[in-house]
Amino acid sequence: MSSGNGNYRVLGTRPRRHDGAEKVTGSAIYANDVQLPGLLTGFVLRSPHPHARIRSIDTSEAEATEGVFAVISGEDFPEVADKVADLGEGSVNLSHLSGNVMAKEKVLYKGHAVAAVAAVNIHVAEEAASKIKIDYEVLPSVTWVLDAMADDAPLLHENLCTDHMGEKDEKPSNTAVHMHFEKGNVEEGFAAADVIVEREFKTATVHQGYIEPHVSVADWTTSGRLKIWTATQGAFTARQQTAEILQIPISDVVVTPCEIGGGFGGKIAVYVEPVTALLSKKSGRPVRISMTRAGVFEGTGPTPGSFMRVKIGATSDGKLVAGEAWLAYDAGAYPGGMIGPGCMCVFSCYDIEHAVVDGYDVCMNKPHTQAYRAPGATQVAFACEQVVDEIAEQLGICKLEIRQLNAAKEGMRRVDGPVYPRIGLVECLDAVAQSKHWKSPLEGENRGRGIAAGFWFGCGLKSSVSASVNHDGTVNLTEGSPDIGGTRTSIAMQLAEVLGIDTFDVIPQVVDTDSVGYTDVTGGSRVTFATGLAAYEAGLDLQQQMVGRAADLWECSADDISVVEGEFKGPGKSASFKELAQELFKDGEPLVARASVAPDCATNGFAVHIADVEVDPETGKVTILRYTAIQDAGKAIHPSYVEGQMQGGAVQGIGWALNEEYFFNENDTMDNASFLDYRMPTMLDVPMIDTIIVEAANPDHPYGVRGVGEPPIVPPPAAIANAISEATTTRFYELPMSPPKVWKGLSETS
Amino acid sequence: MAKTVLVTTTINGESTEFLCKPRESLLEILRDTLGMTGSKEGCNNGNCGACTVLIDGLPVDSCLVLGVEVEGVEITTIEGIADVGQLDPVQDCFLEGAALQCGICTPGFIVTARALLDKKPDADEQTIRFDLSGNLCRCTGYDKIVRAIQAVQESN
Repeated sequence: MSSGNGNYRVLGTRPRRHDGAEKVTGSAIYANDVQLPGLLTGFVLRSPHPHARIRSIDTSEAEATEGVFAVISGEDFPEVADKVADLGEGSVNLSHLSGNVMAKEKVLYKGHAVAAVAAVNIHVAEEAASKIKIDYEVLPSVTWVLDAMADDAPLLHENLCTDHMGEKDEKPSNTAVHMHFEKGNVEEGFAAADVIVEREFKTATVHQGYIEPHVSVADWTTSGRLKIWTATQGAFTARQQTAEILQIPISDVVVTPCEIGGGFGGKIAVYVEPVTALLSKKSGRPVRISMTRAGVFEGTGPTPGSFMRVKIGATSDGKLVAGEAWLAYDAGAYPGGMIGPGCMCVFSCYDIEHAVVDGYDVCMNKPHTQAYRAPGATQVAFACEQVVDEIAEQLGICKLEIRQLNAAKEGMRRVDGPVYPRIGLVECLDAVAQSKHWKSPLEGENRGRGIAAGFWFGCGLKSSVSASVNHDGTVNLTEGSPDIGGTRTSIAMQLAEVLGIDTFDVIPQVVDTDSVGYTDVTGGSRVTFATGLAAYEAGLDLQQQMVGRAADLWECSADDISVVEGEFKGPGKSASFKELAQELFKDGEPLVARASVAPDCATNGFAVHIADVEVDPETGKVTILRYTAIQDAGKAIHPSYVEGQMQGGAVQGIGWALNEEYFFNENDTMDNASFLDYRMPTMLDVPMIDTIIVEAANPDHPYGVRGVGEPPIVPPPAAIANAISEATTTRFYELPMSPPKVWKGLSETS
Repeated sequence: MAKTVLVTTTINGESTEFLCKPRESLLEILRDTLGMTGSKEGCNNGNCGACTVLIDGLPVDSCLVLGVEVEGVEITTIEGIADVGQLDPVQDCFLEGAALQCGICTPGFIVTARALLDKKPDADEQTIRFDLSGNLCRCTGYDKIVRAIQAVQESN
């Protein structure tokens, strides 16, 4: 495919998004806005204990309450085989998935769903839920990853034995998986090093923090088919998971993805879809559940907390020669956390000849972890980027130059195996050097500047689209990728570009699972790349059909027709796209095209961030004075939306760096399950986030597109830690670097 | 059982009557009773601003106001920010400046920003950030939202 350079008519422009008017007037339909006749409201009852056996559940009083139409518990869910299902992006053990939706014999975290009520309104449902009597046998619990790995730790799953790269231990453990990756010979590598830095790091549990809670509506009352409207990043995976949990054929389920209020990876696993389905079946009415905010924090997947040990050796010229990482990540209540990507990403920015990585996926009494934007990468970047900085300090080398010297390039083999094709980290580091931010001196007491690099591989996966030409020359584009950040427009722009028509002559629709071919999740930074690729190919198909039909019309050979900027030119004849569409409508088949793709590649997104901070030693507060995010987008289809991803990811990373954490008390329950005390950045906490888009075209896409959604959350905690170190000469090895911790750390070193 | 109360109020310039129980919030009334789903529920305890409406010109979290409290006041919701078929300059600048991604916080921001600009048309960046700090956004990092509000100021 072409390298994607050249002048484009549409790509690189900044049109208003197709769904914009609905969103700014409040008329866009999110899952909580769906209205159905007879709709009931559901409420989920959650475990008060972090670890307990359920001895009995008595729902009789709840069921007898006036206004209540159905009550369910884990007993209403079918037994699901202990087997692993492929969900497209990752796989999951179905009995774990089912158990997480509603507990059967044990509750494994405070907030674990145990029952649900459907009633005439939320108040009746809540009151009835409080009348459900559950007899718990409380068990000892554990919430810190190293404690959970200890021999005497309370066990969550009696049959779980550690999988060491395919070989299972005999003794049960909370450690589900041990991964090991190696390249070269680390002993040789470290022996040759002039300087070695080894540090330990801890990161706290943080949540994706989407403003819209999980919401689903289910109607399982007529025709036998289960109809679901839900806030999901992937209607097809929601369909599959729901069908598996309920043990019904997937063709019995149709999922409509509503407009969605943020996901960031947290709205891929199902939670309330199967619950509303069973409540609907039992009550004979459609049912909606909108999770409470506390329920979202306590019952849905945060990202792993971690303990990490990273050791890097370098020769005196600044070349990094050996790396070793020991990574223990929370899996939460069930196995299947983000340790894999953590292992992949820890050294992914640097060409280190010898490396070894050991990673552990560990169960504990916290909600089951889910993907959170580049899952697992932010944690390891916090570790690796600080160690690299310390090496630079010890060798007296500029912190930008050491990164440029060792930057990953095309041809480098990563420790987990893959060899990089053309990538853009070097260009990003060059952009740092050229940037206004880097060139402006930072003056003043307690101020410092830090930089950090980050990487996310970016998926391909499957997408399907269909495109049909209206006889007014516009094109309907049907696709299955829920639009979280403006992708219906960036996909429409790619179709418009290839057809030579205007962005607003493409009418994109995100449709349900009955109406379009299989499409994987909106996640993994894949939509503009993969669904865009499908739209591009559908466009080529349409164009080819129109050329063939024009040839018939003009009585010439198709080879004699060329298409230039949407204009069809034949021998002595020409027609615009619109004119030809109108003409072809009169006779012959309608113009309909389709494409489906499954690109087997990564888009390899690199980001480098620059942070200037000021630290107040009296309060420990860190103020971000200036922030620049630099990232290789391959090709920015809609620059405003690329910038938006960079800025949004950066601010999530800033929150992760400076304040966000789950506070677990001595009862292993979360003390701060609200937006008041789970403190995400407000508009007042951050400055403008400047952006620099680098375009090192992706050879695997006709326009050069790389995934941009995830890389921007990877560098911020590391860049800020490096900046704080410059400002105070104190390094912080734990996240978050919140005021009490910074104050304490500074008092101890002064 | 608590008494059902009849409330008479003005919403988006129109006199409106509704029945409610004392425990129902204004947000519930707007969304469930009156079918006005433009105001969103993000947290239901006054910490995210997605439910912001104006009461007599002042931004409030409608999840923290009871239905029975709005007797005789003038409420403006996102549905009434602009006239039918029109976009308010704030809405227009949000669209032009790509100041939204998932859009769930957008109605709350637009209502709050409209009130801010009506009261403090020359608000500087710090004032904009302070006065809108009660509206959370997780997608945009706020940069383009601030710039959109500044664009409204520049167009005046």
